[in-house]
Amino acid sequence: MSTQESIAKDGVDAETVDAVKTVGEKYKYGFATDIEMEYAPKGVNEDIVRLISSKNDEPEWMLEWRLSAFRRWEKMTEPKWAMVNYPEIDFQDIYYYARPKSMIEKPKSLDDVDPKLLETYKKLGIPLAEQALLAGVEGAEEGRKVAVDAVFDSVSVGTTFQKELAEAGVIFCSMSEAIKDHPELVKKYIGTVVPPTDNYYATLNSAVFSDGSFVYIPEGVKCPMELSTYFRINAENTGQFERTLIIAEKGAKVSYLEGCTAPMRDENQLHAAVVELIIQEDADIKYSTVQNWYPGDENGVGGIYNFVTKRADCRGDRAKVMWTQVETGSAVTWKYPSCILRGDDSQGEFYSIAITNNMQQADTGTKMIHLGKRTKSRIVSKGISAGKAQNTYRGLVSIHPKATGSRNYTQCDSLLIGDQCGAHTVPYMECRNNSSRIEHEATTSKVDEEQLFYCRQRGMTEEEAVALIVNGFAKEVLQSLPMEFAMEAQKLVAISLEGSVG
Amino acid sequence: MFEIKNLKASLADEDKQILKGMNLSIGAGEVHAIMGPNGSGKSTMSYVAAGKGGYVVDEGEVLLNGANLLDMEPDERAAAGLFLAFQYPVEIPGVGNMTFLRTAVNAQRKMRGEEELNAAQFLKIVREKAKSLKIDADMLRRPVNVGFSGGEKKRNEILQMAMLEPKMCILDETDSGLDVDAMKLVAEGVNALRDGERSFLVITHYQRLLDHIKPDFVHIMADGKIIKTGGPELALEVENNGYADLLNEVA
Ligand SMILES: Nc1ncnc2c1ncn2[C@@H]1O[C@H](COP(=O)(O)OP(=O)(O)O)[C@@H](O)[C@H]1O
Ligand SMILES: [Mg+2]
Repeated sequence: MSTQESIAKDGVDAETVDAVKTVGEKYKYGFATDIEMEYAPKGVNEDIVRLISSKNDEPEWMLEWRLSAFRRWEKMTEPKWAMVNYPEIDFQDIYYYARPKSMIEKPKSLDDVDPKLLETYKKLGIPLAEQALLAGVEGAEEGRKVAVDAVFDSVSVGTTFQKELAEAGVIFCSMSEAIKDHPELVKKYIGTVVPPTDNYYATLNSAVFSDGSFVYIPEGVKCPMELSTYFRINAENTGQFERTLIIAEKGAKVSYLEGCTAPMRDENQLHAAVVELIIQEDADIKYSTVQNWYPGDENGVGGIYNFVTKRADCRGDRAKVMWTQVETGSAVTWKYPSCILRGDDSQGEFYSIAITNNMQQADTGTKMIHLGKRTKSRIVSKGISAGKAQNTYRGLVSIHPKATGSRNYTQCDSLLIGDQCGAHTVPYMECRNNSSRIEHEATTSKVDEEQLFYCRQRGMTEEEAVALIVNGFAKEVLQSLPMEFAMEAQKLVAISLEGSVG
Repeated sequence: MFEIKNLKASLADEDKQILKGMNLSIGAGEVHAIMGPNGSGKSTMSYVAAGKGGYVVDEGEVLLNGANLLDMEPDERAAAGLFLAFQYPVEIPGVGNMTFLRTAVNAQRKMRGEEELNAAQFLKIVREKAKSLKIDADMLRRPVNVGFSGGEKKRNEILQMAMLEPKMCILDETDSGLDVDAMKLVAEGVNALRDGERSFLVITHYQRLLDHIKPDFVHIMADGKIIKTGGPELALEVENNGYADLLNEVA
């Protein structure tokens, strides 16, 4: 790499640091949109499941699928093994369905969407116009397009660039539309990666999911643009339960990004999502998440409970998946994006930055299940803890007897800011094939006074110094994000650590 | 220009005073050297002046162009023109040396209300200055001080000093652990910055650095105070006889 290039990349850090100063408030997405909503009655039961299904005009098989999940869920109990503590959730005290009244008749195009909703996305910096340039995102390559599916509480408000994508054979639409318009695809794949019985939250999701995104990339197609979904929780006392299903056929390729935010409220709100990725022979999915749900205040009041099940199934030989997550938000995070490496020579990667500040708790990691021969996986996890936060990496690497010549490399680094926070690493490893190898490295370090003073003696403010040090710590993961989002993520890293020192 | 007046400072955690009434006055464009036995408080003096935590100022002032540095945050002191070349520069993993420099330069410019340098302007200046210190592109790209040799770390400090263009430079044992060639590079780097306005305080144990950076005054520090001040000949005396005679003289 030449010096010229390195400064272009390096410049990112300097700009990040600028951004910290310009952002006055800590959580800038905390506003609420005042809009007329239609709610299902509070609580969950078979009637609610039926109601949600009917709101989406679903076929009978979908309803049956939901009901069987619901009946199963009723017999299940919440998992307690994660290192997170929160008061018991009253699942009957939540709204499971909320949609803006203006969305009862889904608008024909984005131009017909309620201006209040459009204004909300504008305020969030999410481009809903079909323009090449990413509005408000610095460093976006000229002419680069990002298609967006915008999910507001329980429904998708609209999806951009659908026509252009369709010309390439790509289907990108909301989950509710997919069930109506492409039932054969949904029926074939839904629940095949994360079965409806998988775990408490996934089962609940299977019963009550209201919308989400659906992507289908046909054989040999390289998706012509970045796809993304932006999740917004707005309504009070409402849970968001969405499902994402992405199918990459033989040799297909796609890069997908999801973002999420919510208003600042004193009550906790539940977000329980399911994401399923199906990757056939020689196909490649890159899935990035910038999770910025409201984290609650300094005293741990409010914030989102983020209980998410994400899994990728590398079904074909040489299939590839890469999960990248930047987790800065949520009061409690419970999330383990996983890879099933079924095809021979398939590859899974997981890059994670999890930042917890104040009273936040995160228990996150991945599972790499090596089934095929010569399968490879790589895990790079960077946990950053400040305030009184607790941050746990929990991961499983499992190499099955038939997975000859397989490899895993895991690196788990924790960074502590201050002495009241905690970092924990819980790696489970099982290698049942003699020709395969698992490598694990873990470090824990502190942002120390010497480093801070060194930076400040050179003229940086305390915030600038922390941002620089933390971005340095997380660099490897930030670099795995698409360029324009890497910059956003760097700023986010800095902002979410405001007030963590001094 | 730079004045330390009756400075008394203690450790914050222990009831132990390290600086016990230190006085020093450095005029614009002057070079002063401080010598003194290990543990006499030389580094502490530089840390207290620069605003490092862990110390309590019991009494006194540190003035830079009339402004009391002790009232300012460390970054404000830096922007006011104080630079400290550390005795032990710290490592910052993952942060490119160049990124660090640019962030620092622009942070100071911003604080002073000056326009920030863009990537191209910055690159041009840094390349020029790095070259004269024999710092190559690789060293600029590597994370700050990570895996640097002792000599590389010290040259890197001088590069930062050259980029930040401070008014008052304190060099804390920048020559310690350097071979003759590296020391010459450092000395040349410092001399290149002498412009009749910028002042230097060089903390050292060795005459050989002062052969290259000619001091106007030499001070001997012991037990938290300056005990003797003289011209360059004082450094030679220390070199030949050690501190014992000087300490006895005062005692
Ligand atoms: N942070 C600290 N904790 C404990 N002792 C310290 C600390 N800083 C300085 N000292 C003590 O203060 C005295 C002066 O140290 P220092 O300023 O490093 O001296 P010098 O640089 O002249 O060798 C020494 O006795 C040293 O042990
Ligand atoms: Mg010292």
